[in-house]
Amino acid sequence: MRILALIRQVLDAEETVRVADNKVDLDGRKLVMDTMDEYGVEEALRLREKGADAEIVVVAVGPARVLEAVRAALAMGADRAIHVETDVALDAIALSSVIGQIAKAEQADLVLCGGQQADWDSQALGAAIAERLAWPQVTWTKTLELNGATLTGKHDTDDGVESFALSLPAVLTTQQGLNDPRYPTLPNIVKSKKKEIRKDTLEAYNVTPKVKLQGVAVQSKERLRKILDGKDAPAAAALLVQSLRQEAGVIQ
Amino acid sequence: MILLVVPHADGKIGRAAYELASAARNIGREGPVTALVLGSGVAAVAAKAAHIGDQVLVADLPELAQFDPELWSAAVAQIAQEGEAHTILIAASRDGRAYSPRVAVKLDAPLLEDVASVQDRGGTLVAERYCFLTRVTETIEAQAKVTVVSVKPGAFAPELPAPEAAEQFDVDLQLLPRRVAITGKEKEDTGRIALAEADLVVAGGRGVGSPEGFTQLVVGLADQLGAAVGATRAVVDAGWRPYSEQVGQTGKTVQPKAYIAVGISGAVQHISGMSKSACIVAINKDPDAPIFHFADYGIVGDVRQIVPALIAELRK
Repeated sequence: MRILALIRQVLDAEETVRVADNKVDLDGRKLVMDTMDEYGVEEALRLREKGADAEIVVVAVGPARVLEAVRAALAMGADRAIHVETDVALDAIALSSVIGQIAKAEQADLVLCGGQQADWDSQALGAAIAERLAWPQVTWTKTLELNGATLTGKHDTDDGVESFALSLPAVLTTQQGLNDPRYPTLPNIVKSKKKEIRKDTLEAYNVTPKVKLQGVAVQSKERLRKILDGKDAPAAAALLVQSLRQEAGVIQ
Repeated sequence: MILLVVPHADGKIGRAAYELASAARNIGREGPVTALVLGSGVAAVAAKAAHIGDQVLVADLPELAQFDPELWSAAVAQIAQEGEAHTILIAASRDGRAYSPRVAVKLDAPLLEDVASVQDRGGTLVAERYCFLTRVTETIEAQAKVTVVSVKPGAFAPELPAPEAAEQFDVDLQLLPRRVAITGKEKEDTGRIALAEADLVVAGGRGVGSPEGFTQLVVGLADQLGAAVGATRAVVDAGWRPYSEQVGQTGKTVQPKAYIAVGISGAVQHISGMSKSACIVAINKDPDAPIFHFADYGIVGDVRQIVPALIAELRK
């Protein structure tokens, strides 16, 4: 079987956000593989280690810098990569068309992608890819097992945890808690340098973004930051309750 | 027409439905608002939905007893096409966000996802939404014959139900069999106020020390205030609290009137789920904890002393 793990490169969560030119400025900032996608790469490796006869292909769409994330995934143990190099900012629906076409061409059986992108705050990608392929989907996977062509596991929903079963092919979205992604070992980093990274251009996929970005603004809700010293707990509690009742008016 | 998919659970229509109605009324587009109810045994929901839209379409089918993104997207896309909807409004719950992208792909439509505002400006829909772990507001636009919009829970003031009930119509759907079997459900009904709908939330982190500490301090304070209970990822991962209470990037996003963070340090991923709260209160022993940066009010101190003192003060 063939597993496609989609990866994106995003601003490290610990970095502060800066705006320039009416968009978020990524120049010279620490960029990392989206951790949500990292769980997908790791899960693909684990499915193989648990016995699946699988080739693991990493797919990334984005500018040349995205190669860093691609190399990280290869160093974790993925077999090869496809990099569609472009500076065009695609929205999730447009990107899903590219990934769908790659999944078809690669005759993939399983596509893994992060449950929510840390830059877009979007959950649309996995579902949109599934629709492009007319495959079933499971979002927010938290445990996963593969027996033959049957996937079973658990995933998070609005009001609890569901157990699911479905047959391949399928799209699954991954999240924190599914596994603990490995650090690449030195021998694996060395080996990864010989792995194939196939270059592709966006033109081949005939996609245009349907959603346009007008501009961005960094959140700047000023907080009051009235912080009390709690050494005298009853006194501090009394002051806080008074503020919440009389000043903020949020409790009775 | 504007097609509004009515969110409901356990035979009840939620606040999100009235928020969608508000989004529909304020979007500035012509045409009737059609409320669509999908489910099985949903007569009571449909009766309520009749006070939301100008008309109500009901697909009351056994196949729709349980949510499935493929079935839901097929149903919504079919009805949108038959009714020539120009705008499709879906609540951006987990479920809503799992099927609305499929609707967009089926209809070759743009998706404005998880929007906090949306308005027609000369035929173009302009929306604001949060991104970069809720630290940035982006303004996006889409110009198309049909647009799918998922609306952020809590972002719109709920519309009051109309006094008159609109007419109901049953609809027929061609549905394929579901391909994902749901073999079990651990429903995490704690019997408390739903997080997403609460005006007050008391949330706890690892700083409360133990599951017992959580119950005593966080749940205790929530009970005293009539608040919903929230938790950090670390607390949920440790098994102290159910996932349904998790607030943050991988949990729920809330924006109550007041969010009281007890023993929460304030990781970016957690802040992402609560930073839109009108008032944020933090109690933590570490004066340098990032949570204080986002707080309107706070106390630096031991939660085991401060919270009982707060409960005592509130009881006075």
